[in-house]
Amino acid sequence: MREVRGNRRDLLSISSLEKDEIINLLNSARSFAEVSTRSVKKVPALRGKTIVNLFMEPSTRTRMSFELAAKRLSADVVNFSSSTSSLSKGESLKDTAKTIVAMGVDAVVVRHGSAGAPQMMTAWVDCPVINAGDGMHEHPTQALLDLFTIRELLGRLEGLKVAIVGDIDHSRVARSNIHALRKVGAEVLLVAPQSLIPQDIRRMGVEVTGALDEALGWCDVLYLLRIQLERVNESRFPSLREYTLLYGLTEARWFELDPKPLVMHPGPMNRGVEIDSRVADEVESVITGQVAAGVALRMAVLYDLLGGSRG
Amino acid sequence: MVFEARAQLLDADDIARIIRRVSHEILERNKGWDDLALVGVRTRGVFLARRLARTIEEIEGGSVYVGELDVSLYRDDVAIRRASKVGVTQIDFDVNDKKVVIVDDVLFTGRTTRAAMDALMDFGRPAVVQLAVLIDRGHREVPIRADYVGKNLPTSGNEKVKVSLTEIDGTDMVEVGEELER
Amino acid sequence: MTYWGAAVAEGILIKGGRALAFPGGLTGEVDIMVDDGRIKAVEKGIAAGVATVIDASSCVVAPGLVEMHAHLREPGMEYKEDIASGSRAAARGGYSAVFCMPNTEPTIDNSSVAEYVYDRGVNEGLCMVLPHGAITLGRGGETLAPMGEMAACRAGVMGFSDDGAPVSDSEMMRRAMEYACTIGTLIISHSEEMSLSGGGQMNEGYYSTFLGLRGIPPEAEQIGIYRDICLAEKTGAWLHLAHVSTSGSVELVRGAKRRGVRVTCEVAPHHFSLDDSMLVSYDTNLKMNPPLRSRGDVEALLTGLADGTIDVIATDHAPHASHEKETEFDRAQFGVVGLETCLALVLTKVVDPGVLSLEDAIARLTEAPARIMDMGRWGYGTALTEGDDANLVVFNPEYEWTVDPGEFMSRSRNTPYAGWNVRGKVLHTVFKGRLVVTDGELV
Repeated sequence: MREVRGNRRDLLSISSLEKDEIINLLNSARSFAEVSTRSVKKVPALRGKTIVNLFMEPSTRTRMSFELAAKRLSADVVNFSSSTSSLSKGESLKDTAKTIVAMGVDAVVVRHGSAGAPQMMTAWVDCPVINAGDGMHEHPTQALLDLFTIRELLGRLEGLKVAIVGDIDHSRVARSNIHALRKVGAEVLLVAPQSLIPQDIRRMGVEVTGALDEALGWCDVLYLLRIQLERVNESRFPSLREYTLLYGLTEARWFELDPKPLVMHPGPMNRGVEIDSRVADEVESVITGQVAAGVALRMAVLYDLLGGSRG
Repeated sequence: MVFEARAQLLDADDIARIIRRVSHEILERNKGWDDLALVGVRTRGVFLARRLARTIEEIEGGSVYVGELDVSLYRDDVAIRRASKVGVTQIDFDVNDKKVVIVDDVLFTGRTTRAAMDALMDFGRPAVVQLAVLIDRGHREVPIRADYVGKNLPTSGNEKVKVSLTEIDGTDMVEVGEELER
Repeated sequence: MTYWGAAVAEGILIKGGRALAFPGGLTGEVDIMVDDGRIKAVEKGIAAGVATVIDASSCVVAPGLVEMHAHLREPGMEYKEDIASGSRAAARGGYSAVFCMPNTEPTIDNSSVAEYVYDRGVNEGLCMVLPHGAITLGRGGETLAPMGEMAACRAGVMGFSDDGAPVSDSEMMRRAMEYACTIGTLIISHSEEMSLSGGGQMNEGYYSTFLGLRGIPPEAEQIGIYRDICLAEKTGAWLHLAHVSTSGSVELVRGAKRRGVRVTCEVAPHHFSLDDSMLVSYDTNLKMNPPLRSRGDVEALLTGLADGTIDVIATDHAPHASHEKETEFDRAQFGVVGLETCLALVLTKVVDPGVLSLEDAIARLTEAPARIMDMGRWGYGTALTEGDDANLVVFNPEYEWTVDPGEFMSRSRNTPYAGWNVRGKVLHTVFKGRLVVTDGELV
């Protein structure tokens, strides 16, 4: 949610972004992608700014991506993660936020296991807050980088048919992508057993099916979500083996497909579960491309929120 | 803010003559086109660089490297103005040991040129860096001087110089005037 | 049995208000004379001649409100609320009696704790503080609490509830109901199927999906209510369902009443004033259990009030300290304060739109809970006749005001109504003949 609050702006969710804001960020990310191809991969745009990565949930990829993005813009980065901080000693989120503000930082990137935590932080800090994933709510920069990747590879977004397969219920990536894809005019089909589909999700403008094969012949983009073993214990499906049987991108399914859709995954992939290992090898370049796009996109976001004055 | 023109300073013919003259000057100073690269500063500097390159190639044959620089990320005033849209920087050649001419439309405070030099240096170590501008309107705030000047134009600080080029504005001309609050 | 406050020497004359009595309904402008703790006269044109004269013109004078469901937190969680602050909040909200839930530390599951709470209320002397007792020891769901002992002690406990949690074991609930039949007490059920709702943070539906918060499906409440109605039907127990919040629940109660099951139910003001779409703010003051439901459920609750399926409006006043609310949504405590905003919300959200007449709405806050809780035992009546104990609330139904939690008497400020413009304000509260609140402030 990029809301203007006085002079301050945040990126909290995709759901509250306008279509043209999304497109502007994607366009801007293109310019930043070029910076990462130089021998000197650094521009002075955010020199003297300090960005805090407040990661209260384990994450290597997203944290690294934000850190690289900030550093390539010459910002100083402080990493603050729950395992090394006072959060594990029971300090409240509010007190942590107030402490960070007292140190005088220019932006806070928040990853938190609780939905809504970044939005709450906006009440306690006076600098932009960027949501790096909150509970099952949203992961806006992931959706933006996915859109960027799709547009680079397929040349368009509007009218594209995107199937998202897997644990929709627990996925903030799915929620952000649904909002983002719908806003730019793509069609979205969710593929999962009903036990992994959250209540009333059709109201977000998507279709739902339980049959993967129905989606495979239809989609231009096949977005696979990471499936987690603990869902078996929650009786969301009987076993990983059965999940793979019904919803995995197996070799048999993949080699039958013609033409083949663009396969995407937020990573890390569970080879042998949602995707066969050999299929994963074939489509790996797209997925590593998503990672590279992540840095450029996050540079665009940081520059958009921090570059330029507060007035 | 709207621009209100008070006078037209250059017309299309004037600009064409300047391009031809500056092309000759660049060739003369650098003793030919060998290792010569023209890097335009977005947006209008890019079109001027392309015109100079084309003219140089017409005069001497051969080919000149052309690049595009977006200096938004190198500006020293990001803290005091709204973030501008970032354009693409495209330098598809090795700048090491090249004779690079930075091309811009108007030289004013010199800060954009400073940013352009910083950006350029991130791509390598040119043998020499020179500066070509269509208009030099004075009021420098940093010690920068153009090597090639289309026209010197003394202005007051609150005057504005507006450069129009066919490629983007549909016509070639330079006007002076004022920016008025609406 | 009653000994709140000392006898009051000075009389009070409440002039020019419209009296609202049950039975009797709303009268024209009338004067009410209170003396020596009792209503002395209700007639036109009583001459002044007492120390305190209250101008009640354009006000309604009704029996003091009766709260069937509040959490006053004492003993054990006095940092959230205690009986002193809770009594002040209640008096300011127009209440003459507050029944408090037994989920304290220690639990109100024996006569000692029940009498402690009762005595603390007597000491404060601002309203009756009457404890409900736990159904099971420590609300642990395993051993029946001594209902007979609690009923017989001076706190006269009549309602029993493990509120805050259901009695999950159906056999335990059955035996509790059977035993309650013998003692002649009421079972107040927090009905919830925990295996469906566990871990939930808000109503399950589009908004829980949108916000990525775990849902509490309406069915968790409905399954619990259906079970409890079945058991009440079988055992003949007298069942009161706390905080009914879904359209399905209203329908279940409606059906049970039609079949003649001995069941009553209540609704909380937040459940008819707010809905789950408001949670897009992630405001933890909107987090309570049962959760805010959908717009359709709100409509069904209003219909349930209109057709009499819902007997009582009870606030489920649940104070929490700021640090328990100013935290991540899924770590925040469930509950909102309600005593000081209830009457205004009823007038604004129920009376103004014409769901209930003023008389019928006030009856859900006075006559109905008094009937269920047999308030005659405590000298509380709603007829406003001469000789009755003088428990009165004087409110202006047209007065518009803005809710400011900073003015609350409650120790906690966890209200979702901060900044709301509401209509209808308690101006004066008379408890046992003493003026305890005047011009909206404690005396």
